[in-house]
Amino acid sequence: MKKILELKNIHKSFPGVLALQGVDFSLNEGEIHALMGENGAGKSTLIKVLTGVYTKDEGQIMLDDEEVHIKSPQDAQRMGISTVYQEITLCPNLSVAENMYIGRNEALLQNWKKMNEGAEKILQSLDIPAKATQQLASCSIAVQQMVAIARAVDMECKVLILDEPTSSLDEQEVEKLFKLMRDLRSRGVGIIFVTHFLDQVYEVCDKITVLRDGKLVGEYAIADLPRVELVSKMLGKELDDLSDIKEKDKEEVKEDNSEILFETKGLASDQGIKPFDFHIRKGEVNGFTGLLGSGRSECVRAIFGADKVISGTVRKNGTEIKINKPIDAMKNGIAYLPEDRKIDGIIGDLSVRENIILALQVMKGFFKPFTKAEANKFADEYIKLLSIKTASADTPIKSLSGGNQQKCIIARWLLTHPEYLILDEPTRGIDVGTKVDIQKLVLKLASEGMSITFISSETDEMLRTCSRLIVMRDRKVVGELSGDELNQTMIMNTIAGGESDAEK
Amino acid sequence: MEKTAKQKSGLLSKLSGMTDSNLLLTITVVVFILMYIGAMVFLGKGFLKPQAFFNILNENAALIILSCGLSLVMITGGIDISVGGVTALVTMSCAVYLDYHNGSVAGAMLLALGIGLAFGLVQGYLVAYLDIQPFIVTLAGMFFAKGMTTIINSDPFNVANEKFVALKNTRVNVPGMGSYNKKGIYVNAYVEIGVIIAILIVILMFMILRWTKLGRSFYAVGGNRQSALMLGINVKRTRFLSQLFCGILAGIGGFVYFLHVGSGAATNGAGAEMNAIASSIIGGTMLTGGVGNIIGTLFGVLSLSTIKNIVASAGLDQAWWTGITVAAMLCIFLVVQSIVVARKK
Repeated sequence: MKKILELKNIHKSFPGVLALQGVDFSLNEGEIHALMGENGAGKSTLIKVLTGVYTKDEGQIMLDDEEVHIKSPQDAQRMGISTVYQEITLCPNLSVAENMYIGRNEALLQNWKKMNEGAEKILQSLDIPAKATQQLASCSIAVQQMVAIARAVDMECKVLILDEPTSSLDEQEVEKLFKLMRDLRSRGVGIIFVTHFLDQVYEVCDKITVLRDGKLVGEYAIADLPRVELVSKMLGKELDDLSDIKEKDKEEVKEDNSEILFETKGLASDQGIKPFDFHIRKGEVNGFTGLLGSGRSECVRAIFGADKVISGTVRKNGTEIKINKPIDAMKNGIAYLPEDRKIDGIIGDLSVRENIILALQVMKGFFKPFTKAEANKFADEYIKLLSIKTASADTPIKSLSGGNQQKCIIARWLLTHPEYLILDEPTRGIDVGTKVDIQKLVLKLASEGMSITFISSETDEMLRTCSRLIVMRDRKVVGELSGDELNQTMIMNTIAGGESDAEK
Repeated sequence: MEKTAKQKSGLLSKLSGMTDSNLLLTITVVVFILMYIGAMVFLGKGFLKPQAFFNILNENAALIILSCGLSLVMITGGIDISVGGVTALVTMSCAVYLDYHNGSVAGAMLLALGIGLAFGLVQGYLVAYLDIQPFIVTLAGMFFAKGMTTIINSDPFNVANEKFVALKNTRVNVPGMGSYNKKGIYVNAYVEIGVIIAILIVILMFMILRWTKLGRSFYAVGGNRQSALMLGINVKRTRFLSQLFCGILAGIGGFVYFLHVGSGAATNGAGAEMNAIASSIIGGTMLTGGVGNIIGTLFGVLSLSTIKNIVASAGLDQAWWTGITVAAMLCIFLVVQSIVVARKK
């Protein structure tokens, strides 16, 4: 097979971050090549370098054995590198045919007849269920994605990059997309496939390249890399360096007979997670684990009512409760610290004090404001309790460090005295010292009787704090681990699923 | 019964297969025709003669041209609220040029075009290349135009230039549409020069938007600017051209307005930008961009002035009645638009 694309020793850095450090990548004609890695591994930076959104600091890009310099997405398209993004980059108000042809040449007039005929021919040859004259917005997301692919194919692309194209598709749509991908492979197109779904990788791909922390871990033929090893390579944990966890003095596992506080049955939200059952006992710390995009956050968002719940029930102390909106959950004693504190959490221009009292104020009602003295008392109490480093309670929260912002948000929820606290990635992007502070705080709160769900991308952290882990893969709960099962190997085996059982 | 149900669903499926732009155009045309027929049946006299219809055109030729410009920028996802101010500036500049400087009519036309071009160039540059909000840019343009109008001449006056007055009073007869007056004498139906210009511009704009790559780029940029960029469209140039064309059309529209009223005044074209926006919306152009049709805009202007005439003929002559009726009509069309867009989901 002929090599069509080769990246050699690519370096790219942003202020304070080495996003890519000497990454190599190569793609053959007629090959589907998965690009895998967890958050911050450098997948998207690599794709953006390849499509000309970023310029590389160092390294070579060879296309058909000739070095090329890619300056813009249009440049990349002209050279035969087309990208289909997760977010559809087509115009919903135009027809399918127009979306396939617009912007491709500078001719003065639009020849509708020729364009529609051309589009119809490509759609038929790729077996895409859309009419050329149909408005794009009336097609399903899957078909829109296929139209984007059809455009790329018609522009005679040699390299097709699919950046998480399946994340918003259902199973049948994914199947159609795979059929199209296989079809293109047989025509000699090289496809780079970025996805979080392990099953999908093993279903269509020929090769896998794994990145971690901006470095190349390796390139493997699909047959040579069992799932467990893929997971271990992505997470950067060797399969045999795990027994040390036993020695660590762990919080004593709560007795299973303490009462169940919250329980869900068949809960599912409109974010595509499969219905799941879940419960948490009083004073228990449990966690959701799984790879990025496996649906960890979606589960807790469903419990909190942050996403639209489409089925299932939630019970508190055995009685059914209705949670439609976050405020319902808050009134039932649930607090949720969202995953992305910049978007869902802090209000940057308000002061530390205002940010801290926000949730309690919402519960009390906006027409009964706290007095200045009350607000100060609350703020000072929690600034001291969580040792938040801030000049004063009046400082705008955006001028604090990430770790201290996070502590403010935790303070906000603690102030509401929740019975059940959900922490979604509370330690992402904050310094090690604060991470340890937060872990200690979680254990302390639990020993005082609060129930806590803790989610983190770092399995170490979860092993240290949780007494029970719910394992997720591809938006499904696939296992539950507790007691002796709580170790890296078991987690990785469960995440990898199916195949690993066969190996044992 | 079953058969009609089937036909209905057939019709519905045909409707839902249309693009947003075409469906909204159809709705506007149907509403206009029903409204006009309704007026002819129930209000009779004033609406029965063809000349009544041509008078609507005569009154609104300038508004049609301004609305074409507005539709264009709205389709591209922008807005231009300076067109009313530009109209006032054009009328005053041309009036002063013709009467105080003894200028020629052709010179006045060039002056009008030049003013429109200048506004289009500056506003287009600020919007497209410096990426400033079009609302703010054209708001400044509006104030500037109104200010300049008063600086050129603070008092309104009627133009006495003979050649101009002759052109203003030129009537183009419409064959076969005349009628007999009370004395039984046959009177030809006529339109003014401005109407001919307006119709030519509607046809030209329709062709640009429908059959040129540039025209389709306006839709693409209005539909999703980021996507349009990724699809290889020069988004900046496209946005620049939309504001530029709108400015030029404001210049032409201003002259047609001048030709209709024959005077220079700072109050000329007051509120024209709002009427143009309203007409565009009634004609099926969406403020969110990407959807619209120039033929729809023409019918939007006609609908807007027909409803005003109906209100007046029904004896509800006060200004507030007109205002309320137009407001209600806008609301209905906005709701229809959101339903049309929502049907996809």
